[in-house]
Amino acid sequence: MNIQTIAVVGAGVMGTDVALDLACYGYNVILKDIDSEAMDRARKKISNDFKLVKMVKKDVKSRTLEDVWGQISFTSDYDRFGEADFVIENITEDWEAKRKVYRELREVCSPDTLYAVNTSCISITKVGSLMPDPEKVIGMHFMNPVPVKELVEVIRGEHTSDETVDVSRHFLESFKKVPVIVNDFPGFVTNRVLMLTINECIWSVQDGVAEPADVDKIFRLGFGHKMGPLATADLIGLDTIHHSLLVLYDSYKDPKFRPCPLLVKMVDAGYLGKKSGKGFFQYHL
Amino acid sequence: MELQAKVRSYIENNLVVFEENVQFSDDDNIFERGFVNSLFAMKLLNYIEQDFGITVDNEDLDIANFSTVNNIVSLIEKKRSGVS
Repeated sequence: MNIQTIAVVGAGVMGTDVALDLACYGYNVILKDIDSEAMDRARKKISNDFKLVKMVKKDVKSRTLEDVWGQISFTSDYDRFGEADFVIENITEDWEAKRKVYRELREVCSPDTLYAVNTSCISITKVGSLMPDPEKVIGMHFMNPVPVKELVEVIRGEHTSDETVDVSRHFLESFKKVPVIVNDFPGFVTNRVLMLTINECIWSVQDGVAEPADVDKIFRLGFGHKMGPLATADLIGLDTIHHSLLVLYDSYKDPKFRPCPLLVKMVDAGYLGKKSGKGFFQYHL
Repeated sequence: MELQAKVRSYIENNLVVFEENVQFSDDDNIFERGFVNSLFAMKLLNYIEQDFGITVDNEDLDIANFSTVNNIVSLIEKKRSGVS
């Protein structure tokens, strides 16, 4: 299958960076968002982030910003979605919102179109159930910032076909990603393990076992992690960590995912991490 | 010296490690040592362009130019001498 045109739905941080990354490698990109302010932010973000891409990726060094603009068309409707070989959907992580979008997509795309759900927590199998051909639905959990993070956690839904997995793998490798294929289960591998690790680190702080800086130091120097779990939690946002733990807790009904009371208290207090200036560590805003 | 101190202070305020006594020399690669992450690279570029009033051209958009205090200072000085 020859993949040339990609429809990217949702021009938030992830969708915008996915569009930029694809454009740098010559794909035709249709970037759709219903919010015109989001679209303005996306244009600004692309011109800024393009410099970052050039800074770290030598293979796109010869590309210009004009080349990138030439590859991306911005839209608020589905008029050109019939041309899309692949749809990469990046809207908010909310089931009702996703359901609405997929009901629309099934009406406007070609029967051959493949669908990638960019998510860290929504069931790919459940999204597949919304579509006429669930074999063509797959998960692609991109990491932030997309253009410089090679890893993509690819999630095979219950009905995702081998062909869809193969096409997805080759497609991702074509723009220098490293796909890791996992099966569909709540939180996949990333969120399931990361959230549990972060939560247990918070329990350790709450129990007075160690100070946050020392917890992170152990992971950095002892296990070679680039960032400690608590600095990672601050970067993601403690409210997001709390929400993710609740989703996992609800999915598995396993008490090991219960959010640590210290985390709940910090979220209640407005200590949300880097974005609020204070979490487990202090930040200069 | 003042330029060096200003750049160093900006990096120190954006570290992703929070241990006491984190130290790096003016020649240490701040990305390789894990003191900052890739999200910081963009912030650093914007800071350099805005606070020092320079524009980093395509040829200088290389992570190596931003990876140590001394390399950043050299880049700023090169750009400043180029425009004056």
